[in-house]
Amino acid sequence: MRRAELTFAVILGAFSIYLMYMAQIPPLQIGWVPKKGPGSGAAPFWLSLGMLICAVWIFWRGWRGITPQGRSTEPFMDTYTFKVVSVTVGSIFAMLLATHFVGAYVAMLAFLMFYMGVFGKVPWPTTIWVSFAIPTGIFFLFESGMKILLPKGITEPLFIPLYKMFVY
Amino acid sequence: MELLSHLMDGFAIAFQPFNLGMMALGCLLGLFIGAMPGLGSVNGVAILLPITFFVPPTAAIIFLAAIYYGSMYGGAISSIMLGIPGASTAVATTFDGRPMALQGKADYALVAAAVASFVGGTISIILFTLFAPPLADFALRFGPQETFALMVLAFATFVGLGGDDIPKTIFMILLGLVLSTVGLDVISGRPRLVFFDLQGFYKGISFIVLAIGIYGIGEMLWTLETSRGKVEIANHRFTYKRLMSALGDLKRAWGTMTFSSLLGYFVGVLPAAGATPAALMAYGLTKSFARDPEKFGKGDIRGVAAPEAANNAASTGSMLPMMTLGIPGSPTTAILLGGMVIWGLTPGPLLFIEQADFVWGLTASLYAANFVTVILNIALIPVFVWVLRMPFMILAPLIFVLCFVGGYAPDTRMFDPWLILLFGFVGYVMRKLDYPLAPLVLAIVLGPLAENSFRQTMIADLGDWTVFFTRPLSGIIMGLAILLFIAPFLKRFLSRGKTSTLET
Repeated sequence: MRRAELTFAVILGAFSIYLMYMAQIPPLQIGWVPKKGPGSGAAPFWLSLGMLICAVWIFWRGWRGITPQGRSTEPFMDTYTFKVVSVTVGSIFAMLLATHFVGAYVAMLAFLMFYMGVFGKVPWPTTIWVSFAIPTGIFFLFESGMKILLPKGITEPLFIPLYKMFVY
Repeated sequence: MELLSHLMDGFAIAFQPFNLGMMALGCLLGLFIGAMPGLGSVNGVAILLPITFFVPPTAAIIFLAAIYYGSMYGGAISSIMLGIPGASTAVATTFDGRPMALQGKADYALVAAAVASFVGGTISIILFTLFAPPLADFALRFGPQETFALMVLAFATFVGLGGDDIPKTIFMILLGLVLSTVGLDVISGRPRLVFFDLQGFYKGISFIVLAIGIYGIGEMLWTLETSRGKVEIANHRFTYKRLMSALGDLKRAWGTMTFSSLLGYFVGVLPAAGATPAALMAYGLTKSFARDPEKFGKGDIRGVAAPEAANNAASTGSMLPMMTLGIPGSPTTAILLGGMVIWGLTPGPLLFIEQADFVWGLTASLYAANFVTVILNIALIPVFVWVLRMPFMILAPLIFVLCFVGGYAPDTRMFDPWLILLFGFVGYVMRKLDYPLAPLVLAIVLGPLAENSFRQTMIADLGDWTVFFTRPLSGIIMGLAILLFIAPFLKRFLSRGKTSTLET
């Protein structure tokens, strides 16, 4: 945990420097612009400088062992946590990526089936029932009720009859 | 008399069939959201906010306020039945609620929680009705200097009263403020902080995306890690006879409920405090003042009544600064405030003049929601218990899917769900390292207002920053903010002094 605390403080410090750099790229100005007041880059630049100071402060406190994380000898993630977090984040990532190609509904269905059935070991009848029920409910709530069309990708033609029946 | 007349108008609006339906639905959803471990009012409101963009603002705020309200009631259910707080606001309820459940008195604890929530809610709504109009009248005197000073005060309360690590709290406030500047600058029209020249950043980072990311994905990751899928539901019996007996048993707790409601309301009004510290303080003080404090923690009904009355009262209390000053009293009200901006409303004192229907419709709906929720809560206890048996591995992916769709819906662009995933993961890491998340959400919501009021003042006063201290009202507010900023350092300095005196 101590290493994570210190590493994260360094990452946050580096991010603050990057923000400061971004905030002063012309035509952004970080100082006083006559008749216009503070420049457009002033707020992000000076606030990011504050972030950098805090990141150094956080690192120093962690280094000195003032914070509980700075003193902790426990691992940042045990095997169970690493597995749960990586599978969850990875499968959501895959769902979002798949949405661009096969559309939201197929991506959601595949995600729910994988997460419940394969990863969560939920019984398959329940998995299949819930995996179909949720996208169907979302279709009626968002597309039919609120007229918000979710991305369909290559599955768009399959939805045309449904649009005619329920959306328009 | 004017107050009563406004309130009657509000009831006429709240009782319109559509608004009444939204309120009942909100209460029901709120109860479920509150009861689910890992989900609280803030998650529920963040995930469901996009749905409200398609209904009138009054119905939208009634719906979300009902979710907020209902989840305060619902949090107790999993605290008592599972021993896992449904939300952080119900942590203190676990101390005595769980032992009661293990003694076979789960129904007594659930009824005590519901009735205490009702008492807390009722007292706080009456106080809200009485205090909101005069505070709004007073706030009408505010110019951009006072508005900026108020924003500084809101941030200072997190540092002074938040109780979290100070540099991490300040970092999160500053990060939220910087993220709020991403996109086109409203004054100069120039794009700022457009990372990697991605088109999505030109429109800025919506607070909804951040809130859904950290409270939807991030919190779920946290709950998946901490619960490890192992929960044990308490045995329960629920009959009419036992319900009456449970109500009779509450006689001992009336004083506790009244005191905790008043305490909860005033703690809720403070921007950094909110329902969780209110509930913990109410529990602690009730135990301290009790003649028999040794009974607490072993299944005392007052230990359930105190936090439940306080957390409900605090939830209404936190709406007072949101509605009258435009400053949220809790993370949930920060999201409500952001929602109001998206609905085209300007939170603050002018709301009471320009949008009286909205304000009084909401106020009246809170009275009604209180009745509806207590009835639904008691009537549906067996249903909640059944739902709590649902494996978390079913609930979690449903929430992830809702986060994705809810994040996509407002602007219908895939850029936002990707940002949600990023914020969710970073939020989870930050939570593990004890970075407080509430100041981040508060700052991204208040950021644009704070920057605009600061720049307006600078332009009007030709860069003279001392104006924040020389104008009487903003001077007082700034003075308070500085006091709050230095309070933790002062406290540490004084405690060191005491220690060294003792050593010598």
